[in-house]
Amino acid sequence: MITITVNGREQQIDVDPQTPLLWVLRDNLELTGTKYACGIAQCGACTVHLDGEPIRSCVTPVESVDGHSVTTIEGLSGDASHPVQAAWVEEDVPQCGFCQSGQIMAAAALLEENPTPSDGDIDRAMSGIVCRCGTYSRIRRAIKRAASAGEA
Amino acid sequence: MRITRRHFLTASIAATGGILIGCDLNGTPTVQGATNGIEFVPNAWVRIDPDGRITAIVGSSEMGQGVMTAIPMLLAEELEAEWSSIRAEFAPADKAYTNPVIGQQLTGGSAAVRGFWQPVREAGAAARMMLITAAAERWGVDESTCNAEKGEVVHPDSGRRAGYGELAEAAARLPVPESVFLKEPDEFRILGTSRARLDTPQKVDGSAIFAQDFYKPGMLTASVVRCPVFGGKVGKLDASAASAIPGVKEVVNLGDRVAVLAEGFWPAWQGRDALEIVWDEGDNSGLSSKSISRRFREALDEGESLRSEGDPEAAFERAEQVIEATYEVPYLAHACMEPMSCAAEVREDGCDVWVGTQAQTRTRETASRIAGGLLSRVPGLRQDSVRVHTLFLGGGFGRRSEQDFVADAVELSKRVGRPVKVIWTREDDIRHDYYRPATYNRLRVALDGGGLPAAWSHHSAGPSHGAASNMGGARNLPYSISNLEITYASVDVGVPVGYWRSVGSSQNTYITECFFDEAAAAAGRDAYELRRELLTEHPRHLRVLETAAEKAGWGKSLPNGRAQGIAVVESFGSFVAQVAEVSVKDNKPQVHRVVCVIDCGQTVNPNTIEAQMESGILYGLTAALKGEITLENGRVQQSNFHDYEMLRIDEMPEVEVHIIDSDEAPGGVGEPGTPPIAPAVVNALFALTGKPIRRLPIRL
Repeated sequence: MITITVNGREQQIDVDPQTPLLWVLRDNLELTGTKYACGIAQCGACTVHLDGEPIRSCVTPVESVDGHSVTTIEGLSGDASHPVQAAWVEEDVPQCGFCQSGQIMAAAALLEENPTPSDGDIDRAMSGIVCRCGTYSRIRRAIKRAASAGEA
Repeated sequence: MRITRRHFLTASIAATGGILIGCDLNGTPTVQGATNGIEFVPNAWVRIDPDGRITAIVGSSEMGQGVMTAIPMLLAEELEAEWSSIRAEFAPADKAYTNPVIGQQLTGGSAAVRGFWQPVREAGAAARMMLITAAAERWGVDESTCNAEKGEVVHPDSGRRAGYGELAEAAARLPVPESVFLKEPDEFRILGTSRARLDTPQKVDGSAIFAQDFYKPGMLTASVVRCPVFGGKVGKLDASAASAIPGVKEVVNLGDRVAVLAEGFWPAWQGRDALEIVWDEGDNSGLSSKSISRRFREALDEGESLRSEGDPEAAFERAEQVIEATYEVPYLAHACMEPMSCAAEVREDGCDVWVGTQAQTRTRETASRIAGGLLSRVPGLRQDSVRVHTLFLGGGFGRRSEQDFVADAVELSKRVGRPVKVIWTREDDIRHDYYRPATYNRLRVALDGGGLPAAWSHHSAGPSHGAASNMGGARNLPYSISNLEITYASVDVGVPVGYWRSVGSSQNTYITECFFDEAAAAAGRDAYELRRELLTEHPRHLRVLETAAEKAGWGKSLPNGRAQGIAVVESFGSFVAQVAEVSVKDNKPQVHRVVCVIDCGQTVNPNTIEAQMESGILYGLTAALKGEITLENGRVQQSNFHDYEMLRIDEMPEVEVHIIDSDEAPGGVGEPGTPPIAPAVVNALFALTGKPIRRLPIRL
């Protein structure tokens, strides 16, 4: 039995310990906001926070996070009020929307660590998260908006 | 206001006590049905509830292009609704939602607004007129003395007003007006103004449901293995190791593919890895990119003529100078962020399909065909008992108009008698796409004594989804050249091909616009000025071209090591010109800035148009810089994002979008941003290095 805290709730998980965290979240805990898109840590659609740090849940065996705390898009604020989510709405970022949970989780982790990121900082933190729709310009703007909201 | 004879409209009372206005473009009412527990008249376009909430029911698929906001804007405009009271939901599959431009319920060809511009506004206008009549009857006044504004009917003489919600049921009992009054463009207060997307809230909190996310009790998750060689079949299958994996429930041999069904995706995935399959690879195991290119080259002179003007042969004979070049483009995968996925439940009394599809009509046909044998046992239940529930699409780009993943889910549910969700792996997605056709092209241009093109010849060969559609962007060459020959030779080599964002224009615009720059260079002419000279008969091309040049500062000095390239194209009823500013670093192209000008006629939502131009540019630029599917031993060599690379945020140029103010009929916006970017970038590199780039992706 593996114990993880997901979005503040302790969960007992009884699965093959090698199961990637992604599939535990999606199939066992019915938290489907975190997406599968590559399975090999190449696109970042599965990004969640592990003890506050962004990780790729598609290549993270659930046993490796036993005893740790995981936050998904559903738990980032609970009511879409996180400054990054608010900025995403203001800038009307999403198109198809499939990659956006990963984008938002990566951006939230970036701002947690670096409240005033430069363009280069944004590139470094966000280049792991692929968007096929071309929302990159708006992502950049939304991160800057969230950063300045945090400063105010 | 102007009067229009309307399409066939229906009105009825909603389950909530409000009004439903339907719009059946085929002119025949359809039966009532129920989906997912929500009562629903299938052909409704708008529902007004007694509490005043207005729901636009959108028959087009939302794949990021913003249709779930555009269609409601069309409705709200004529309905005189408050924008803030509008919600949107997906329609079921029903012939009422047939796109008049396409002839099916299909979202593609940048046709949603073009197709529904008139009928959806008519539905909104009819609802408005009926609400006015209901209010006038209630108040005992002539309806001509009442107006509709901001979700209310008002009677200015008496100061009385009534909200749409309280009038909805009475309005639903009235006959639908024979003809409706539509607003003139100068009366629009919603259309042409930027509105936030209605689907954004669901897409920032993780609650938007894609097919990958759909679940219902009892459902199994399936992973399906296909033969690595196109057209191959299962030879021998040993499923014992797979079946032994905890969580694996069934292994199904479908003849040309094998599915592992399990409690969740992870065991299904492990199960597929444990399958031992010997494939009968069939006839295509010798295919390679090299052999395919050779077959195209050999077929080049046997093409079907798509356009022939003047006497090209004579013009080439007497030309001062003839320039000739061969251009090649590779197969491309669509690589939607959401790998193909679909859920289905086949029962004796019907079949439900939950899917992000671009093609509801085809999905219904697919499900009906596969489930049909079972359904036919119940008399009277045939296609009508197949319900398609459209979910959000994690990217479409043409890929989700195909049926392979739908067939997987329906077939498997039928076999195992349970709801089944199929999730393709990324590797499945890259290796089993309906690819953008690879083509081989020979182009010639004859220059006269004055350096003007006197003849243009373009022979292309490749696999076909219809020669005319393959040659979009080539057969509609806009330049005034008196002698033209354009041909396409269709060569089926066994690689599945399909529609890829902007279809033929995605590659042909690169080929024709770059060869044009080669011709301009040979004539010693500025590529932009030569275009202007040859576009005098095409004012909309000319206007976007000149605007793009002006906004980008064409011809002005640039930072050292940078150059600009320009391209212009008409596709899907819209005109787009782009100027790209590039440099080269470590032998790799860097795209710094793109100025994009679009004339898409009357606009619906400028916010979306801007987003779609950025989107089309990213999609086309990714292909130009990185995209290439190659084959060896009949197998696609790429498999995932490490070897089929995507453009990332640090490679996204600064994009500046300008929209031409126009009163022309609406044009498409989902696709037209894609075609000009590859030639704009390649032309800039040609200007910088003097070396033409005649195959994609760009390798310096």
